[in-house]
Amino acid sequence: MPATAAEDFRRAFKRNLTAHGFLIGAVLCFSFFSWYPMVREFLLAFQKTEAGTTRWVGWDNFRHVFQDPGFWQAWRNTLLFTALALVLGFLLPFLVAVVLNEFRHAQGYLRLLVYLPVMMPPVASVLLFKYFYDPGYGLFNRALGVLHLPAQDWLQSGDTAMLSVVIASTWMNMGSATLIYLAALQGVPGELYEAAELDGAGLLRKIWHVTVPQTKLVLSLMLLMQIIATMQVFTEPFLLTGGAGPEGSTTTVVVLIYQYAFNFNQYGGAAALGLCLLVLLSGFSALYVRLSRDNES
Amino acid sequence: MAERTLISPAQLSRTRGKVLYWTVLAVVVVGFTLVFLGPLYWMVTNGLKSTEEFARVPPTLVPHSVHTANYTAAWKVMDLAKLLFNTLYYAFGALAFQLVLDVGAAYSLSRLRPVLGKAVLGMMLATLMIPAAVLVVPQYLTVLDVPLIQRNLLNSPWVIWLPSVTNAFSIFLLKRFFDSIPQEILDAASIDGASALRTLRSVVLPMSRPVLGVVSIFAVVGVWKDFLWPMLTLPDPALQTLNVGIYSLSTGVPENHLIAALAMACAPTLLIFLVFQRNIMGGLTAGSLKG
Repeated sequence: MPATAAEDFRRAFKRNLTAHGFLIGAVLCFSFFSWYPMVREFLLAFQKTEAGTTRWVGWDNFRHVFQDPGFWQAWRNTLLFTALALVLGFLLPFLVAVVLNEFRHAQGYLRLLVYLPVMMPPVASVLLFKYFYDPGYGLFNRALGVLHLPAQDWLQSGDTAMLSVVIASTWMNMGSATLIYLAALQGVPGELYEAAELDGAGLLRKIWHVTVPQTKLVLSLMLLMQIIATMQVFTEPFLLTGGAGPEGSTTTVVVLIYQYAFNFNQYGGAAALGLCLLVLLSGFSALYVRLSRDNES
Repeated sequence: MAERTLISPAQLSRTRGKVLYWTVLAVVVVGFTLVFLGPLYWMVTNGLKSTEEFARVPPTLVPHSVHTANYTAAWKVMDLAKLLFNTLYYAFGALAFQLVLDVGAAYSLSRLRPVLGKAVLGMMLATLMIPAAVLVVPQYLTVLDVPLIQRNLLNSPWVIWLPSVTNAFSIFLLKRFFDSIPQEILDAASIDGASALRTLRSVVLPMSRPVLGVVSIFAVVGVWKDFLWPMLTLPDPALQTLNVGIYSLSTGVPENHLIAALAMACAPTLLIFLVFQRNIMGGLTAGSLKG
């Protein structure tokens, strides 16, 4: 009957009106501060603004960025940071979690300790590490001296600067990864270890054949998350070495983006560089989304 | 006794197992205390030393003379009260905006299902694929001159609050939780004549405490730890956050005063953390991968 059809329509319209009312605030925020900037990033990469006029320049920004010797160095530094951060920031928390999970005592205290730095303001942690790294009166060289090991230049030498940044960054961030692994380890069924023992497996083989496969999903998600996060590292090198570091050894890609945009005022170059990073990381994020979807089902 | 783990209980109950267990435990407890509490101890005590003692070689483990004046001086000179207030103001403002707008959006997408809702959700989740660092430059240019309303948001709290709402991950967590609420409960509410807002307030939200806790912790911690965005968008020293303020003043004050300031900057969150450790650690791990 037409009357009910009109009634249905009215009801559907009202329902939609309410629904969109609830949605509109977030949609506006996304439009202004997320979707529009995303489009703008693409536009900026192909534009150049000089003396107040903006024009299209095709791939010029990309060409310009590729010719910058700092470009390749930034990628090398970023990959080095990511590789070191994977060894320290990915393996170390897993090992710590495996060990902590065995303890019947003091586990709460140890968990708390690992997580403390995560709650500190990052600037405070970074400045602390700057004092520890000081080649003259720094705590680290003093500790090395006590152990009769040669003093290091830490942040002041191109060879060790990046490693120093990674150590500080691991100290600051490993707490969250450790707790996530601990939660995952709690889900490993004890019978599997028993079965492995009956087969005569030792400690390492139990870890390799039971612990790792049982936590594989969490491990791979964390690995991808770590790669995505460490490829975007900025705060630690920026604060520890002022960004560039000795001989430009800590200029990461995001530090370079920052320099292009806010030191040289070349937003086009910054955007072109950003798009390169986006393309590289999108593969990892796509994989992450797929894995976490498998996790759901 | 808890669920058995890597090492078999039989092995642990042997003398050799016991010795090994307690040795490893002792080494780890001492090592962790040194590595994670050591720097905090260094920070608090060096903040108490006189300038002369701070520079002494070799350094003193316990300060010979205690200079609490360093703390009061740093508090005044760096105006930590203001920096702390600013940070809390931005953090809890962002929390309020996220709780209202993101909860509303997630509720709408999950339960009210408007036309185009799926597309909106897809576009929101798509933002998770874009590395945050890539968006900083175009976001900065946007807040300099927001399109349509043509406002410059620099040096206003809105520049922190509004972009914080674009947290697709929180919306995703909230929506998934709302999806899991049985339809019958909501039907009962609507038969009783409750409006959508009423249902949200009196039925959905009281059931959603855990996920609201997780989202709130993410919101506050996000602002508390952010550095690049507030540094770019709040250049006025009077409006800076704790992170940015300490960084920009770090070269201008005596070193022992700076260390004292760092200790004071860490104190509030560490205290909050010690009180709420269970909720915070549980929430962050639950929310970050599975939820």
